[in-house]
Amino acid sequence: MRAFPATPVATTRMSAFRFPRRAAVLASLLPLAGCGTVVFNASGDVARQQGTLIVHSTLLMLLVIVPVLALIGIVAWRYRQSNRAATYTPEWDHSTQLELVIWMVPLLIIIALGAITWISTHTLDPYRPLDRIGKGRAVAADVKPLVVDVVALDWKWLFIYPEQGIATVNEMAAPVDRPIRFNITASSVMNSFFIPAVAGQIYAMPGMQTQLHAVVNEPGTYEGFSANYSGAGFSHMRFAFRGLDEVGFEQWVAQARSHSAPLDRPAYLQLEKPSENVPVAFYGQVDAGLFDAVLNRCVAPGTTCMNQMMMRDMHANGGAAHHHATE
Amino acid sequence: MSLSELVFGRLSWDALPLHVPIVLATFVVVAVLGVALLGAITYFRLWGTLWRDWFTSIDHKKIGIMYMVLGIVMLLRGFADALMMRLQQAMAFGDNAGYLPPEHYDQIFTAHGVIMIFFVAMPLVTGLMNYLVPLQIGARDVAFPFLNNFSFWMTTFGAILVMASLFIGEFAKTGWLAYPPLSGIEYSPDVGVDYYIWALQIAGVGTLLSGVNLIATIVKMRAPGMNLMKMPVFTWTALCTNVLIVAAFPVLTAVLALLSLDRYAGTHFFTNDAGGNPMMYINLIWIWGHPEVYILILPLFGAFSEIVPTFTGKRLFGYTSMVYATVCITILSYLVWLHHFFTMGSGASVNSFFGITTMIISIPTGAKIFNWLFTMYRGRIRFEVPMLWTLGFMSTFVIGGMTGVMLAVPPADFVLHNSLFLIAHFHNVIIGGVVFGLFAAINYWAPKALGFRLDPFWGKCSFWFWLTGFVLAFAPLYVLGFMGVTRRLSHFDDPSLQVWFVMALIGALLILCGIVCMLVQFYVSWRKRDELRDISGDPWNGRTLEWSTSSPPPDYNFAFTPRVHDTDAWHDMKRRGYERPTTGFTDIHMPKNTGAGFIIAALCALCGFALIWHMWLVAGVSFAAMLVAVIVHTFNYNRDFHIPAADVVRTEDARTQALAAAHV
Repeated sequence: MRAFPATPVATTRMSAFRFPRRAAVLASLLPLAGCGTVVFNASGDVARQQGTLIVHSTLLMLLVIVPVLALIGIVAWRYRQSNRAATYTPEWDHSTQLELVIWMVPLLIIIALGAITWISTHTLDPYRPLDRIGKGRAVAADVKPLVVDVVALDWKWLFIYPEQGIATVNEMAAPVDRPIRFNITASSVMNSFFIPAVAGQIYAMPGMQTQLHAVVNEPGTYEGFSANYSGAGFSHMRFAFRGLDEVGFEQWVAQARSHSAPLDRPAYLQLEKPSENVPVAFYGQVDAGLFDAVLNRCVAPGTTCMNQMMMRDMHANGGAAHHHATE
Repeated sequence: MSLSELVFGRLSWDALPLHVPIVLATFVVVAVLGVALLGAITYFRLWGTLWRDWFTSIDHKKIGIMYMVLGIVMLLRGFADALMMRLQQAMAFGDNAGYLPPEHYDQIFTAHGVIMIFFVAMPLVTGLMNYLVPLQIGARDVAFPFLNNFSFWMTTFGAILVMASLFIGEFAKTGWLAYPPLSGIEYSPDVGVDYYIWALQIAGVGTLLSGVNLIATIVKMRAPGMNLMKMPVFTWTALCTNVLIVAAFPVLTAVLALLSLDRYAGTHFFTNDAGGNPMMYINLIWIWGHPEVYILILPLFGAFSEIVPTFTGKRLFGYTSMVYATVCITILSYLVWLHHFFTMGSGASVNSFFGITTMIISIPTGAKIFNWLFTMYRGRIRFEVPMLWTLGFMSTFVIGGMTGVMLAVPPADFVLHNSLFLIAHFHNVIIGGVVFGLFAAINYWAPKALGFRLDPFWGKCSFWFWLTGFVLAFAPLYVLGFMGVTRRLSHFDDPSLQVWFVMALIGALLILCGIVCMLVQFYVSWRKRDELRDISGDPWNGRTLEWSTSSPPPDYNFAFTPRVHDTDAWHDMKRRGYERPTTGFTDIHMPKNTGAGFIIAALCALCGFALIWHMWLVAGVSFAAMLVAVIVHTFNYNRDFHIPAADVVRTEDARTQALAAAHV
């Protein structure tokens, strides 16, 4: 029974994972890594770290999976009924040492993986502002993240750029290496905002705001889509994410500004209606309070905003502390 | 409101799928086959037998078999859905929209999930527990035999409602867990979600009551000497599963009740406005949903723990740690539900907590795999069909377990969640674990239930088709997940993905061959039943009590209640030279058949159908009738009878002679 990896092996291998280069070599051994899959060939730092994490955790588990798979084959073949040479101990059913090993090996792997999980979940928390834009490249102190307000509509994506005062449908752009902060909500049903090449997904939910911090490191056009089924038009709820250099981004914004149609509340209410396969659209101006109104479900005239209603309820209840639905 | 509205609600001729050719063709085929089946039953004059000996039976063995039949029939429907999806996804690229429009495709993937979990896996698992638990603990029936019959019919009528949605109206287009707000009245005003709600509510009652029943049976009705740590592992896993059922299913009932209030009464539990919160639904449904997957897998872990010792001719390695591992999994399964929605915006500490609890489950599960491995170690392994399925399970399940732990790391889940990687993962554990386990169990215990073994040739064909088909169908989905392809899409733009979907389709077709081989296996075994007959009652040299009685067992299971001295009770009896008693039989007290379960469940289904279609008058009347039927049944004092000693003597003497003739 030497095939079980003893604990020291597990821990030394573990420390090897600290060196990304060696991990990358190991990763290339994974048959799937070579297929040009977006998860292992990401273009944004966050997605890249997530892909590496998948490789590391897989390798860690293979430490126990591979020997087990081999043992199943070996034991099944060696102790086949026709092999009379093999030992047969019909009443043997217990061994304290073996029991310890079979509980301890998975336990140690899970302790290692649990530690990785705790750390990576905190460093890659989508709500946490980025402190780096790549390996060894900290975010400069004077750089403010680009803010993009995202609304998942039936069945298209609306992007509002509050700094630039523009809005777009089914296409967005961001300058390379500048951190982006997405504020995400939805108009009607749940969706999931996902650009696999840039960062992991997060749900887009009506009446609530989720957040995602990400950065794109390589120029290019990447696919974005909803990863949570949302009804009939779901399959075509896709958008292009364009990573551009500073100049290119300025040009893209200028191009959007050149569209004179404003995204005011009537235009939004029109846009909000269910539609499929919607072409890219630009709005040169945007109602400043629109995203907030979408979030609080009060774009339509005569509706009370959720935050105002809650504040009113709170005062009515003698100021008792209430939780906000919006974070 | 007019009278016709009160009676027919929103049901009209438009509800029939006359304008959808695919559904219409299916309907014609089903109708023709249905008429042929009913005609055959009438022609062979089987209605009386069916009603007296089966539908009204409170014998746990017959109910167990009926559950298995239900599960296998529904497997054909659920698998037809799977094939349609695979075909659509292999076709629908670029300009080709495929052959299914989204509103049809979306119903199919919803129905596939609902049917496979609630009406295939659940009936098969419940049927297995129903059949085996009393036999394994040396009991003559379950604790509440009437309730058992009622549970079965509630499950069956739930399945009938889902089937009805295929031809009358439509099914939900929401995914198998019907997340609001999409499943709310505003975004799903049609009858689909109502079918979903009432089918699951009715079947859920059946499942819950069956859970209560089996817990009481295991706790109160074990043979003398069988303390908890001498119970067969299958019975242990059945106990844990039914504890999970009793603790989890009321949550499902409650959350569906709240959703129906939103849809019927205008409340705002899960709506976007007026203080509703869909996140609450998602939490509640997974508080049921995660234990549910362990409800499905645990009994099969038990089945493997019976099969491996039998076919290695060796005691189970680490019985005690097997039991503790099962109990650990039972408890932990309640502490992981949030891993289904790491992407809903919880904080990093909450996400890590649930990620780590999820990983911890892999420790007892891993221990189980090692225990089976060490049971095989220094054994004499016979590669009969049940053992092949078991080896297939062990080698595929570890991969499924590994991909599950990958998904449990929250940042990794952010890129894999809702992708085809997730689909591949849960099919890997559900097919590799639950389905392979069920087929292992069916092949292992069929001689007990039917009196003859299943044909091994066709069984092996089925196994190899399933195994290769399963790998070919789901390995591409893992790859597609890494390519960022998400689930539930009915159309794709990127043509480079098509080759993977075609591979998956070929895999699904191989699985189809596996299913056909299984049906052929049943037929061939029936034809060759004399050749395959099991006279001994113990065809595999088994180790637990069910193998000590005849195949199939008499109505009363055991003429004398066995005494238990060891975990492998029957192996222990054989080793100590047990002589089967041939004299001293007495009257045996047994419960009596009743049609009440069928009638009450049918009225529940009628009430559900009426509620789906807003037929308020019919709903009210059928609900009242159901209450009346329940009350009338409580006044039925004619519930039991005695099998006279003379009949027992006749049955047991016949067995003595058969055994002597066969020199067993």
